[in-house]
Amino acid sequence: MEKFTTFTSRLAPLGIDNIDTDQIIPARFLKTISKEGLDRNLFCDWRYDPAGNPNPDFILNKPEGKEAQILLAGDNFGCGSSREHAPWALTQYGFRAVISTSFADIFRGNSLKNSLLPIMVSPEAHRKLFAAVQKDPVSTVTVDLANQTLTLPDGEQVTFPIDGFARYCMLEGVDEVGYILKQEDAIAAYEAQRPQTVNTLSVA
Amino acid sequence: MGKANGAAAQPRTIIEKVWTNHIVSERAGAPTLLYIDLHLVHEVTSPQAFSGLRERGLKVRRPDLTIGTTDHSIPTHDRSLPIVDKIAETQIVQFEKNCRDFGIPFYGPHSKKQGIVHVIGPEQGLTQPGMTVVCGDSHTATHGAFGALAFGIGTSQVEHVLATQCLLQSPSKTFEVRVEGTLKPGVGAKDIILNLISRIGIGGGTGAVFEYAGSAIGSLSMEERMTICNMSIEGGARAGLVAPDDTTYNYLAGRPAAPKGADWDRAVQLWRQLPTDEGASFNKTIYIDAGSLEPMITFGTNPGMGIPITAPVPDPAVVSDPLERESLGKALRYMNLPSGKPLLGHPVNVVFIGSCTNSRISDLRAAAGLLKGRKVNPHVRVMVVPGSQEVKAQAQAEGLDRVFTDAGAEWREAGCSMCIAMNGDQLKPGEYSVSTSNRNFEGRQGKGGRTFLASPLTAAATAITGVVTDVRTLL
Repeated sequence: MEKFTTFTSRLAPLGIDNIDTDQIIPARFLKTISKEGLDRNLFCDWRYDPAGNPNPDFILNKPEGKEAQILLAGDNFGCGSSREHAPWALTQYGFRAVISTSFADIFRGNSLKNSLLPIMVSPEAHRKLFAAVQKDPVSTVTVDLANQTLTLPDGEQVTFPIDGFARYCMLEGVDEVGYILKQEDAIAAYEAQRPQTVNTLSVA
Repeated sequence: MGKANGAAAQPRTIIEKVWTNHIVSERAGAPTLLYIDLHLVHEVTSPQAFSGLRERGLKVRRPDLTIGTTDHSIPTHDRSLPIVDKIAETQIVQFEKNCRDFGIPFYGPHSKKQGIVHVIGPEQGLTQPGMTVVCGDSHTATHGAFGALAFGIGTSQVEHVLATQCLLQSPSKTFEVRVEGTLKPGVGAKDIILNLISRIGIGGGTGAVFEYAGSAIGSLSMEERMTICNMSIEGGARAGLVAPDDTTYNYLAGRPAAPKGADWDRAVQLWRQLPTDEGASFNKTIYIDAGSLEPMITFGTNPGMGIPITAPVPDPAVVSDPLERESLGKALRYMNLPSGKPLLGHPVNVVFIGSCTNSRISDLRAAAGLLKGRKVNPHVRVMVVPGSQEVKAQAQAEGLDRVFTDAGAEWREAGCSMCIAMNGDQLKPGEYSVSTSNRNFEGRQGKGGRTFLASPLTAAATAITGVVTDVRTLL
């Protein structure tokens, strides 16, 4: 995983609550066996009209939304399916963070493993951000993960919560599989004392 | 969590007990390393995890605790026919190769045990009380019906479990969902869970694990409990479970992977210690009066947008929060529905009976019971998709397939089918369906398709009339 660094970016506002992962990347694009090319179909059914032409009203098709590295979304972002294709599609497109008032559990976990930072802010800061981009679509915010701060367009700094281990992994680019593999002794010791409860090979 | 306190141990929930039993290590500043007893894999969320193993030169640590099946992208037409969609075929072929290369037992398209991942685990007796169960699928909570801590994971975590049989996890909050009383005729497990989600909203259980308890849950069959646990994620909870009891043991006894003989007796003795202790505390308790429930149906574009079938569709104008109002308005525009009127009488194009929520033998029996001697409305396509080949064989042994086909419904091969609409089974733009599946998101059942979620009974009633129907009028 790449190390996550401080950055300043415009916002792509998508003011809808409960944006599910089927909207982020529809299921018909999950037949791939690789991670590549998912960005083309990010928000596919909102981004393109039925004929496949860009929908000019959708934020990613507007000039001010095109350069944004931060998605500003409604409450409970990423609910529904566990597909990790959702953060893959978002990061391939160029997003490095999503700001919302809350995130679905599985999406949040998947994002943290892909250098996509879920930034949870208060409803008040959330309203401020939407108001700021409405007033000036090219206004920017700064994300500082090390200090867990988000600097709003008016200069106000708000803090956001993140699990300490996830923050460490993102900042240092830690490989979680490698981290778990280093605990081989503990895993082997656990297995040695635990009776086998089931054997899938017996029902093959 | 739940540390021993002097002579008397502090009362613990079943969730805390299962968690504690699976702790491999706890390090300061890091999540708990949790052992996984059973890992279910399927073709859609695993390919990139297997690629990761190959890139790192890693093996699957415990193939004997892992099982594969093909369900999401597999067609549900005659299995002797070729797979038309070459991308789907490539995914299925790659999945079989991955399982073979890494020594994982799997049920391919032609296996007599093939089926939806959350149907086959219980069916084979692989899912057992007190286990930790994971799968790269958000409906993994289904297995919680057995008193297992079961949750969906992403592909990175699929790789973690394949490589190490462990996951880094932090404990969740615990919510008790207490359902008391007796369900009225025509009302079932699906209505309980749709009612819960309509009350708490689809983010209401975020960060929590649910324990479903109370007299109404205790009187449900295992398959009904699976329906409820299955949709925990639609309330935001990664996991939901029911404490094991005699219903659980009676279901499990004799299944292929269940313990036998003296092992069985020992296992049951351990399982009997799992239920939540008297006096254990939850972060929150939600009460539902089963006797007050009506058949439920969703009207909008998330599973929380549900109403009793006789109730009117809500009016966005009365919602005070602006984003919430806009979301409801957007949902009704997508669904092309007026507010203020019930859905009863609304024409549908398709009825879908299937999915990991409602494709088991009892679901098919319920639907067939209503359809027997009746015909489906000629304007409606009715698809009945059994959850597994074993469910299909059982249904055929009981003659249910003939009930469906005589009524004019399609009787198909096992798979996820039109629940996720990635195998060719899908709605056309603008079409309406009543579906027994679990999600009504925009385009979930096909681009532009519109889904009303309901129980197998409501689906069967709607199949007969061609319009959204209160099953109680046909009982």
